[in-house]
Amino acid sequence: METAATTLDTSGLLCPLPVYKASLVLNKLDPGQVLELICTDPGSLADIPALVRQRGDRLVKAEEREHQQVFWIEKAAL
Amino acid sequence: MTDRKRRLALVASKGTLDQAYPPLILATTAASLGWEAGIYFTFFGLDIVHKERMGKLKMSPIANPAGPLQVPTLIGAIPGATAAATAVMSKWMDDAKMPSVAEFVDMAQGLGVRFFACATTMGVMHVDETDLIEGCEIAGATAFLDFAADADVQLFV
Repeated sequence: METAATTLDTSGLLCPLPVYKASLVLNKLDPGQVLELICTDPGSLADIPALVRQRGDRLVKAEEREHQQVFWIEKAAL
Repeated sequence: MTDRKRRLALVASKGTLDQAYPPLILATTAASLGWEAGIYFTFFGLDIVHKERMGKLKMSPIANPAGPLQVPTLIGAIPGATAAATAVMSKWMDDAKMPSVAEFVDMAQGLGVRFFACATTMGVMHVDETDLIEGCEIAGATAFLDFAADADVQLFV
């Protein structure tokens, strides 16, 4: 797996902030770069895959840890 | 993903603190997904984009049994009950690190969410364009429906 270009920790933040902040970071990445996104909002398990689907990016990997979900999102080519 | 951007059209018709959040959250989220989004602020919903009133939205304990102040409706009518419910609600939002209404308005506008101010409401309630925050488009129902007709999701709040 490609190394993440950047990491965003949204621990303690509720919807819509993880999605809002992740999209701001994704907008600045180059196509093909990966964002490592850390969430604690339980809604993120459904929200982040939906964010990726709607934006057209790619969910490389998702990992559930204790009280934490980590997602690796690859920005789509324009 | 379609070639055309998806579009969200919302009507924000209520000016209570709790009802100001859903349209702002939905529009901010839609814009984060890369959608076009617009909110039509009408009747008391216009307070959400009113410079003086946006920071003073209240939470009503009346007819809101799930609200933060669990009191009978009659008690909710006594002076101070609304202020108390508003204070509790504001604290809940702060404790949860949720942005204020004004901050959400900034976030939404920063992402290009279009704000339509209902012209009829402005006339009825004597609201001037200068009373509203920057960036509001004054529009009647027709102009909003013209925008909403091409929307994939339309919701009334």
